[in-house]
Amino acid sequence: MNRTDDKTENKQPVGTINLDGAEVPFYYGETIYQVSQRYQSNIPTLCYDDRLEAFGGCRLCIVELEGARNPVASCTTVAVPGMVVRSKTKAVEKHRKVLTELVVSENPRGAKIDPLRGLASQELGELAARYQVKGDRFAGKQSGTTNTADDNPFILRDYDHCISCYRCVRVCAEQEGDFAISVMNRGFATQITTEFNQTLSESACTFCGQCVQTCPTGALGDRKAMRAESLPGPIETTRSICPYCGVGCSVDLMTKGDKLVGIRPAMDGPANEGALCVKGQYAFDFVQHPDRLDTPMVRNDAGQLVAASWDQALDRAAAGFARIRDKYGRHRVYAVASGRAPHESAYTIQKWIRTGFGSNYVDNCSRA
Amino acid sequence: MSNPLRDMEKPDVIFCIGTNMTECHPVAATRIKKAVHRGAKLIVADPRKITLAEIADLYLPLTVGTDAALLAAMAHVVHREGLIDQAFIDARTEGSEAFFEHLQQFTPRWAEDICGVPAADIERAALLYGRASAAAIYYTLGVTEHICGVDNVQSLCNLALMTGNIGREGTGINPMRGQNNIQGAGDSGALPNNYPGFQPVTDPANQAKFERAWGRKVDLEKGITKVRALDQAVAGKIKGMLICGENTLLSDPDRAHCEKALKNLEQLVVIDLFLTETAQLADVVLPASAWAETDGVFTNTERRIQRVRQAVKPRGQARPEWWIVSQIARRMGISGFDFESPKDVFNELCSVSTLYHGVDWDRAATGAYHWPVPYDGHPGTPRLHEDEFPIGRGKFKLITYRDPAETIDESYPVWLTTGRRLQHYHTATMTGRSVGIDYLLPEEILEVNPTDVQSWGLKDGGLCRLSSARGSVDVRVKATDRSPPGTVFCSFSFGDVPVNKLTGSGYDPTTDTAELKVCPVRVDPL
Ligand code: SF4
Ligand code: SF4
Ligand code: FES
Repeated sequence: MNRTDDKTENKQPVGTINLDGAEVPFYYGETIYQVSQRYQSNIPTLCYDDRLEAFGGCRLCIVELEGARNPVASCTTVAVPGMVVRSKTKAVEKHRKVLTELVVSENPRGAKIDPLRGLASQELGELAARYQVKGDRFAGKQSGTTNTADDNPFILRDYDHCISCYRCVRVCAEQEGDFAISVMNRGFATQITTEFNQTLSESACTFCGQCVQTCPTGALGDRKAMRAESLPGPIETTRSICPYCGVGCSVDLMTKGDKLVGIRPAMDGPANEGALCVKGQYAFDFVQHPDRLDTPMVRNDAGQLVAASWDQALDRAAAGFARIRDKYGRHRVYAVASGRAPHESAYTIQKWIRTGFGSNYVDNCSRA
Repeated sequence: MSNPLRDMEKPDVIFCIGTNMTECHPVAATRIKKAVHRGAKLIVADPRKITLAEIADLYLPLTVGTDAALLAAMAHVVHREGLIDQAFIDARTEGSEAFFEHLQQFTPRWAEDICGVPAADIERAALLYGRASAAAIYYTLGVTEHICGVDNVQSLCNLALMTGNIGREGTGINPMRGQNNIQGAGDSGALPNNYPGFQPVTDPANQAKFERAWGRKVDLEKGITKVRALDQAVAGKIKGMLICGENTLLSDPDRAHCEKALKNLEQLVVIDLFLTETAQLADVVLPASAWAETDGVFTNTERRIQRVRQAVKPRGQARPEWWIVSQIARRMGISGFDFESPKDVFNELCSVSTLYHGVDWDRAATGAYHWPVPYDGHPGTPRLHEDEFPIGRGKFKLITYRDPAETIDESYPVWLTTGRRLQHYHTATMTGRSVGIDYLLPEEILEVNPTDVQSWGLKDGGLCRLSSARGSVDVRVKATDRSPPGTVFCSFSFGDVPVNKLTGSGYDPTTDTAELKVCPVRVDPL
């Protein structure tokens, strides 16, 4: 996270704790889990998203604390000078394995979730692999039932996989401030839903997709990306910036072969810190839309725009501008640069006007 | 923005004016919501009861186009109550005495008559802003797209200057830029008055500098704005135009005028992704490679320089704009266009821009630099004006309220204001071609107050005809109290509701920005 400037750069450590035998410094307000992350101690988590208030619900992150009778959740326990913490003992590992078995049993098909479903969708599967859990030990009960009625094009609500970690509910409330998602009932009857149990489009949901991206089981899935599940090949990602508004959110473009299949928010994006809105998250497929222009076009003698080669089109454009300049003068050609294209576009356009015509007859599209 | 986005979570008081942030800059709005949750006070001034207004501590529903009156009265109260920051005024500003004198006349009662906001609420807003230890202003096109857009911005500057709310964490005057790289287009010199890096063309030293860099002397006079260029095309003076990535016909005011201008050209060349309404008028259409097909640089609203990267092959024969423009230049025999990569182009921009001098293609890739980055090794400038203003002292401006270019009358008795929606972007050339977006918003709607729906004989969900002095469009009615009585709202995202047929009543005299936020109209049932 990009919060380092608050926590590590400007501030001095306030003390040390003993973590698995090593004295390690910590900063004001840090939890044991946050400290441990700097030292690869590999504590597992499930209900944790470092952008959200720690919730302490899954207890996968437990550690032994000297002087405490029971193990404590490291994600909610704040470091205090002199603490002695053991994160890797046989006992805690065994405890974590049992917890994982319990969770996986709620989610029998959970081990094989396509990563296209969401950024965090592999977390449970990875835990199951780490603790070699298949989920048959407590098989039977599970919480949540898939909502098949919600036919919105963006968010799959496959609650058969839900483990009630509440990350979706919390990201909607704490990060987005939208409070579109809520929890109904308790225990095995727990169901993630919306206010009044409606479809998302009837709720306060803005389809930012943040719940999908934080869901650790794929119970919430990115329907647009999932269209590409059957495409062969690995998912590759390319870091870029959203093409819509001026906030400039960082995104990872997901591709399979030469197909743009989806977008992931970049958790370390400086402007957005993992957040996106509906446009940045879902409005990407204009890029490979059949309406895209394939070839240059020129207007023929009959007044129609017809396909042309680059040479024909560029020669025609160049000759036309040169003719106007030579016939009427330097101040007869004007250029408008785009506010959406990269700098290189605007720079070459203004340089072309200034060096080709010696004028300042250039603008961008910010006045309307 | 004078301050970085992360500062949005820091103010005690946030003043949002003319910005529908939850729809136009949604991720920035989440920071405002967090600040409010933490206890910051939020003041929202907007003609429409937008989502931000619903979470505001104080909502000021002003009449469209009356921002300057509201802001003058707020400044009046801040001064009257002694909430000015005298130390800051002495150290950093000039012209305060004349300004305070000028303010005497602008009482909240006077403003109430013009902007419709109760005087008591204007007082409350001024006290909240004036008493904050860190107060930040956020605004968008709701402030600038007026004939008095510059006055409005200067009125905001006056407020910030008199209270010392600039150059510190959680303060500032923060315009939110609408398009992903509109900041970068200006930074790169696509402006009639500035070379790259906002270096004025009217300064002979700059003329000489760029003559050295480019081998050609450029006019010492400013060029004309796009608005004037379209006028001159109608008049037959401008004969050739290159338009890159803009659907001028839908996005610009007064469509009939615009169409006439483009049709009158001897040559129109359009570079775009799609055969837009504008491209259909062109003599030559050149297919550009899109976002995700191109390497390049964007600069966001907080002046942060960031890299965009290619992930897929360009469509068909599409090529990047820098290549296309360089090819046109070379074929005209213009030198200096031997670029082989976007990196070459960007590095040249850095070499001639004072603001980008300390970055290059590789440093841009870190996304860590906010301009100005004046020299190698400079860390960038997340927060502007910490120690001084580029012009030395901050100048108070004496602003006087002016009515919009056209005001409502018997023939056109309703205010139309235009803007964007969450789901769509601009003329929807991109969002309209992305699966699912139409599920959220299948067609354009005119937002009308329920009492107006009744008294004008409209039907919620029925069609109406919206007419101004320049034209008319048909659109579906939606009854909502987001619109105040007497004001209707519509976006310009849909080709079948080209609302800019109606707009174009006037332009700001300094910037030529169109008054898109105010247009008197008539609404008739169909
Ligand atoms: S839907 Fe996903 S994120 Fe939400 S509670 Fe269930 S498992 Fe957690
Ligand atoms: S994701 Fe939304 S808020 Fe972020 S840059 Fe894109 S359009 Fe703007
Ligand atoms: S991660 Fe700590 S309790 Fe869930």
